[in-house]
Amino acid sequence: MTVAALPTRKDEAFRYADLAALAGVWPVAREEITIAAGVSQALSVVLEGGGAIARHLIITLEAGASYDLRVLNAEASFGRLAIDARLGEGAQFTLGAAQLGAGAQVLEIVTEVTHLAPGASSRQVIRSVLAGESTGTYLGKVAVARGAGGTDSEQSVRAMLLDRTATANAKPELEIYADDVKCAHGCAVGELDAGALFYLASRGLPPGEAKKLMLQAFIAEAFTGAPEEERLQALALDRLGALV
Amino acid sequence: MSAMLKINNLSATVAEKPILKGLSLSINAGEIHAIMGPNGAGKSTLGYVLGGRPGYEVTGGSVEFNGDDLLALAPHERAALGLFLGFQYPVEIPGVSFVQFLRESANAQRGARGEAPLSGGEFLKLAREKAALLKMDMEMLKRPVNVGFSGGEKKRAEMVQMGILDPRLAILDETDSGLDIDALRIVGDGINAIMRRPDKAVLLITHYQRLLDYVKPDFVHVLADGRIVKTGGPELAHQLEEQGYEAVA
Repeated sequence: MTVAALPTRKDEAFRYADLAALAGVWPVAREEITIAAGVSQALSVVLEGGGAIARHLIITLEAGASYDLRVLNAEASFGRLAIDARLGEGAQFTLGAAQLGAGAQVLEIVTEVTHLAPGASSRQVIRSVLAGESTGTYLGKVAVARGAGGTDSEQSVRAMLLDRTATANAKPELEIYADDVKCAHGCAVGELDAGALFYLASRGLPPGEAKKLMLQAFIAEAFTGAPEEERLQALALDRLGALV
Repeated sequence: MSAMLKINNLSATVAEKPILKGLSLSINAGEIHAIMGPNGAGKSTLGYVLGGRPGYEVTGGSVEFNGDDLLALAPHERAALGLFLGFQYPVEIPGVSFVQFLRESANAQRGARGEAPLSGGEFLKLAREKAALLKMDMEMLKRPVNVGFSGGEKKRAEMVQMGILDPRLAILDETDSGLDIDALRIVGDGINAIMRRPDKAVLLITHYQRLLDYVKPDFVHVLADGRIVKTGGPELAHQLEEQGYEAVA
């Protein structure tokens, strides 16, 4: 097997990546995960360590399988998680991810979720909080194969910029070759509401605490219902404390 | 006796437009004052300037609160000194529960004053007591801040917050708007129960006489074009209601 060449900026899936940092960890191993028919599993991925990290998960869900994947991407100078998920008949895939960046961090989640057979559902919730000159990217393609009727997919992508110097990129993308499918997607980039911050401050909360409280609420949905919800929320809260 | 709140010749602009134009007012502990005035007179601006809202720029004058220079302090520091601002339009904050936010706020204030924090149990007991005072279901306080609340529920929730935070001075901006007759009485009773004490004071900002039937003011001021143009007793509010601002002020 030949080692793939380092991607360039022209490669859509790497358009916003830190290519210099990527070169240090290239090639990226493909981590195969297969969930057998009818089985339910969950995984939390916390990208740890301050250097460059790139991972690529290939997830295959057989008929009726379900997989709950949660991601916290907050520590790496360049943190990239690529996820290819292939859904069999009636499979269920959940992705909840938070990306929390500051300084010059470059954080990205790149997904390609393919509904191969009828009746599968996928739900992706991505929340990014970006301070300083950090960059947070979500590139997410949902593909519905011919014959995969009854597909139900949702992408909810939101980013909060704490400084005008931070950057959020978001590209939800749909490729549908079947009838009778439901594919919802929403995308928003915003700033913390000044009126709400004043309201909280007027009750005695210092500005940092007020921001932290609002950001905690902003990212909460990414981890809601996860088996490790409490641990992930606590880790994220620690990191938010450093961002505000 | 020195005043609790001493506003001296205060001027302020919003988006560079002068709104307050040399406003002076003194409030002593134990007193309830009402400020009435036509739309656009600067009533809400006064509340926001005293609360320290960004975008409301003080261009002249001074404000002392128990001897401290209020205008030099950040909003949360003003709260820790015992200032409470009741909002005309309380803000909805999805995802943040009242209970969590109020406990953190109360403990931030206590910390700033060198007091020990309230435990979860102590806080809930206090919250339950104040919710009952305002006839508010405690379950509502477990919900996100003001989200899905009716206008009247928001105003009652403001008063529950005031009860929990136990301020020395409450500035209540049109707390009576959006209330039906029963809610008006509950809110009025709540203000009296929480704030009518010798060591506390209230500044009620209102358009109408009706709240003043429940919360009897010691002084009524008329605010017009950024200044206090007339001061009197409770009878002034009745006179305004009957004759209108133009005739009286």
